[in-house]
Amino acid sequence: MSTDTTLRPTPKAAPRKAAINLRQYGLLAALVIIVALFQFLTNGRLLMPGNVNNLIQQNAYVLILAIGMVIVIVAGHIDLSVGSVVAMVGAVTAIAMNNWGLPWWAAVILGLLLGAVIGAWQGFWIAFVEIPAFIVTLAGMLLFRGLTLVLLTGGTIAGLPAPFTAIGAGWLPPVFGEVAKKDSLTLLIGIVASAALVLQLIRTRKTLKRLDLPREPVTSFSIKAAGAVIGIMALAWLLAGYNGTPIILIILAALILVYTFVLNRTVFGRHIYAMGGNLFAAEMSGVKTKWVNFLIFVNIGVLSGLAGVVSTARAGGAVASAGQNYELDAIAAVFIGGAAVQGGIGTIIGAVIGGLVMGVLNMGLSILSVDAAWQMAIKGLVLLLAVAFDIFNKRRSGGR
Amino acid sequence: MNVPILRMLDITKDFSGVRALDGVSLEVARGEVHAICGENGAGKSTLMKVLSGVYGHGTYGGVIEFEAEEASFKSINDSEARGIVIIHQELALSPYLSIAENIFLGNERARIGIVDWNRTNLEASALLARVGLRESPATPVLQLGVGKQQLVEIAKALSKRVKLLILDEPTAALNDEDSEHLLNLLEHLREQGVTSIIISHKLKEILSIADRVTVIRDGKSIETIDMHGPDATEGRIIRSMVGRELTSMFPPRKAEIGEEIFRVENWTVYHPIDHTRRVVDDASFYVRAGEIVGFAGLMGAGRTELAMSIFGRLYGRNISGTVFKHGKPIDVRTVEAAIANGLAYATEDRKRYGLNLIGNITVNVSAAALSKLARWGVIDRHREYKVAESYRERMNIKAPGVDTITGKLSGGNQQKVVLSKWIFSGPDILILDEPTRGIDVGAKYEIYGIINELAAQGKAVIVISSELPELLGLSDRIYAISEGRITGEVPREEADQEVLMHYMTAGKD
Repeated sequence: MSTDTTLRPTPKAAPRKAAINLRQYGLLAALVIIVALFQFLTNGRLLMPGNVNNLIQQNAYVLILAIGMVIVIVAGHIDLSVGSVVAMVGAVTAIAMNNWGLPWWAAVILGLLLGAVIGAWQGFWIAFVEIPAFIVTLAGMLLFRGLTLVLLTGGTIAGLPAPFTAIGAGWLPPVFGEVAKKDSLTLLIGIVASAALVLQLIRTRKTLKRLDLPREPVTSFSIKAAGAVIGIMALAWLLAGYNGTPIILIILAALILVYTFVLNRTVFGRHIYAMGGNLFAAEMSGVKTKWVNFLIFVNIGVLSGLAGVVSTARAGGAVASAGQNYELDAIAAVFIGGAAVQGGIGTIIGAVIGGLVMGVLNMGLSILSVDAAWQMAIKGLVLLLAVAFDIFNKRRSGGR
Repeated sequence: MNVPILRMLDITKDFSGVRALDGVSLEVARGEVHAICGENGAGKSTLMKVLSGVYGHGTYGGVIEFEAEEASFKSINDSEARGIVIIHQELALSPYLSIAENIFLGNERARIGIVDWNRTNLEASALLARVGLRESPATPVLQLGVGKQQLVEIAKALSKRVKLLILDEPTAALNDEDSEHLLNLLEHLREQGVTSIIISHKLKEILSIADRVTVIRDGKSIETIDMHGPDATEGRIIRSMVGRELTSMFPPRKAEIGEEIFRVENWTVYHPIDHTRRVVDDASFYVRAGEIVGFAGLMGAGRTELAMSIFGRLYGRNISGTVFKHGKPIDVRTVEAAIANGLAYATEDRKRYGLNLIGNITVNVSAAALSKLARWGVIDRHREYKVAESYRERMNIKAPGVDTITGKLSGGNQQKVVLSKWIFSGPDILILDEPTRGIDVGAKYEIYGIINELAAQGKAVIVISSELPELLGLSDRIYAISEGRITGEVPREEADQEVLMHYMTAGKD
């Protein structure tokens, strides 16, 4: 009521400059600063090729779960069960390969299907019986952890087939040999990815221009594009100097692209934001809220299944204690990535950067041989400060 | 009049460089009811927030004198300590606590931190008697209607030994009966020496109760009108509020009424919790192309319930009856089916049910018809932007751009976004539930224009409103509802407030 006197009618939309999403860039800046800080503290060891490679392979599960979790949180729910689902899917895939003799790929499909079934189970209670997700997934957390313990009464299952473990701990084969002792396939992927990104950016900009829509100034656009290219090429260079491109990186990149598209460009994605923003209004606009809720949980079920496959592959075996606290890592990543607790706000890329912030912290502190207990305490403080900073920012900008 | 209880001199208030208040002066005499009028966004609420310390001393310019002393309230607690209490439009009661607990919330009748329940309930009873609310102090607030909750708020204010009571749109959510009770209470309090400031859009109320009116326009105080003098007319206040003379509250219109489009027969709806209660009882009605049909009824008569049960069964259970479009029965069992069959329903509570307030204008405009903008489930965002932009121009939505968050718009502009959303869904039948609630005079006129235009396009328009003059000014035909039954059908020529009120209060035989 008070500030709307400021809003004057603008009869014809003048080509305005697009508001730059400071929050997202701030988050990226925070990641860069944390990387730089640890790079300095560890005397350059953080960004050694091996460590960069491990950063990706070790944190893949958080990033996969964070992608599912950010969707759940935007819709106004929470999922506490993902860690237990990871453990159970890991156990079932391992049993399928070692005890039932299923080929590795069939076991992976089985794992993803199991994730979908678990997601459908929880989605049913949440969407159709309308029990709060907190309760349903708290129950799921106990239920699936318990079932995992039942499945693995025989103890750990190790000795999984090599193609399976490669999903979490392998690399693309060096099909093009090496250039200057660097894997040429990885460099090539870097170049192709950079080119595709730049082309896409230019294409979007052209469309905006053609339609006379607001767009950012040329300088900041160029800086953004150059920064992205430098980032991608630096990563490719580092990885090429180690074992090449981790298979999981390709999977992650695909997930990020697909889910960003789904959230930003599809009707389904829009419905998720609409429900998080105002559930009643969404319902009264004809959104099938129950089905959207159901599918959101099927989706995070599948992604938890994938995370289960990936972490089991990386560990090389299934243990009943797998995936403990994964839900908390994923939730932390989503909130560091700028999602709102009440729902309606959050992005895939934010959640991924949030996950990377946690990952870099983990790795940097480990290299510095900080005690695990202290690592946990520090991560807790970082989460609190990140969200506090976010709230402070919103208040200052006069947002709600 | 002797020394005024309150003087606000030359108040200015900036929000990040934009002037919301620009030299407002206000003088309130002790023991009067002083009304503040102005269009939405004129600065009334900002002024009251400055007065009550929400915007603390130092964040605004100018001087506030309370009881002939300069006041420098840093927070709402400071102003309350001096006896200034503000009651906001959105009531701030805790639903699961009792009336007594709410009255003394933050101000508990306690000794060394232990609540004295006898004293609490005793004093609460006394306060309830003062405001004329016959309820046990132990009743949980959620069991009370809005009107009674309002009274609890006033009782709470009285418990703080209020000297100056500020009411922001107190009757906006009340029916006529409750409004009248509230206004009587204000007069009663005036006799007891409580001074009140009342912000209201309802000029009739102001005429009946206020001693003086201060009009604010565009952040400036325009004038103070003595309501016991010769200037005390509605037209005079409106002219002052809008800065021009409104020749008529309603834009001119020539109705061209065609064939029947929409018909509902024998519609019966039961209460969702109390299964024996018929909230809508065997209602039948029709609307023709190009026709505006009004639905009049007192609060609780079942108007909104009728609309919501038709639109995707959002309300009620055991719904029976048939809905016809062009003479053929249609499926309206889900919101989706209702929209697909050409129905649109703009809710009465746009903040709660109508808008995604953290979303921008674009996503709100497209929300009910995304499929029109999508192929294979992928949204064409450029087209979406163009659509939103075209509605912003057409509906004159006052915002810097369509990427403005709807939560930051004024009520009138929010309502225009809601209407845009439903017009874009391409309906044949529009049900508009309280389309001008909480909207200022200028924006109301624009909304009426939009409604007329929809009718002129041959759509069937149903308007539900608590304001009878609005129904009389807009509608071609008016149905009156009482206790869930349609008790009367009156063509425009025969309709006046008395006739409608007669049907609206016609109980069950």
